Amino acid sequence: MLNETNLFFIFLSAFLINNILLIRFLGLCSFIGISTNIKSSIGMGIAVVFVTVMACSISWAVYNLLLAPLHLEYLRTTTFILTIASFVQFEEMIIRKKLPTLYRAFGIYLPLITTNCAILASAFLGIDYKLDFIQNVAFSLGISGGYCFVIIVFASIREEIELAPIPESFKGVPIAFILAALMSLAFLGFKGLFKL
Amino acid sequence: MKKIIDFKVFLNGIWKENPILFIMLGLCPVLAVSGSVKDALGMGIAVIFVLTGSNMVISLIRKIVPSYVRIPVFIVVIATFVTITDYFLAAYSPQIHKNLGVYLPLIVVNCIILGRAEGFASKNNIFNSILDGLGMGIGFTLIIFVISSIREILGNGTFMGKILFTNFNPFLIMIMPPGAFLVIGILIALKQKIEKGKKIC
Repeated sequence: MLNETNLFFIFLSAFLINNILLIRFLGLCSFIGISTNIKSSIGMGIAVVFVTVMACSISWAVYNLLLAPLHLEYLRTTTFILTIASFVQFEEMIIRKKLPTLYRAFGIYLPLITTNCAILASAFLGIDYKLDFIQNVAFSLGISGGYCFVIIVFASIREEIELAPIPESFKGVPIAFILAALMSLAFLGFKGLFKL
Repeated sequence: MKKIIDFKVFLNGIWKENPILFIMLGLCPVLAVSGSVKDALGMGIAVIFVLTGSNMVISLIRKIVPSYVRIPVFIVVIATFVTITDYFLAAYSPQIHKNLGVYLPLIVVNCIILGRAEGFASKNNIFNSILDGLGMGIGFTLIIFVISSIREILGNGTFMGKILFTNFNPFLIMIMPPGAFLVIGILIALKQKIEKGKKIC
């Protein structure tokens, strides 16, 4: 059953209900590391959207057109990580050559993305849910959009909290986790919306 | 002269350079599967196996791999061990395999493993690399065990599936995602407190 509402549900479910950062706990290293200022969070967020959608489409194609017909499903982990790593390298070269302004905007975030588990996870989850190609695109858009949204909101709160009086031992990372707990609590509220 | 086997390497991973609390690498699986002690231990054992195995192989091949292709080679080695673990768990303990879900293949991108491969195994001999893998793995497992115990006892009133209290109203929030963030935040704050105390003395 492929219709527009269905696609919208897939998108919204990945975006809000199963938010990759707050509910699924993926991509936390970059989340905690980069969210100390808004500007770099926006850069990282956009880079993640871009790479996730492209990488998910490519790994979907690799899995369904190459691995599944040849019954090589057990090579999934190895192929996906290599596909994504080489794709990021390739993309970096093209962007640097053709779109230097965009390259400067992405900066160091592009190579960092290779080790971001959120991207590999969305490739795996798309396969696990047995989505077709269009659904897979909607799904990866939802996941990466959710990442982008949450990291920007989180960074804005963290910039404010720098000035707040907090206990000495909670300064830095611990207060960020407590903050994430509160945001995660808010996102749990979306759970009743609908089920995928 | 460096000793061939150095047991300090083993202890380093357990406390002094504990991967979770001190270097803060590889947080994702710790938070995600720490809702029940059983799943957490399964994850810990999987990480110990992958870390020790990949450290061993990488230390063996460290002299024949040219340095400019080392990262892809390391990743392939790690991915092989993760695939072995994935299929082994699927065959022998399908329930844990199902609970760990997508987090099991994601051990591949766990920063601890590539970090140790690059930072330790590619520079040290095989015995020390195995010890380092074991130590780091056990350090990881200890932390995930502590977090999951706190979450399971407070959030469900059980430990390893056994009911602890009869008249207990569980804090449901602890086994849900926000609980994981809360517990790790408080643990790291505690660690910062302990370190501060040491500095004053």
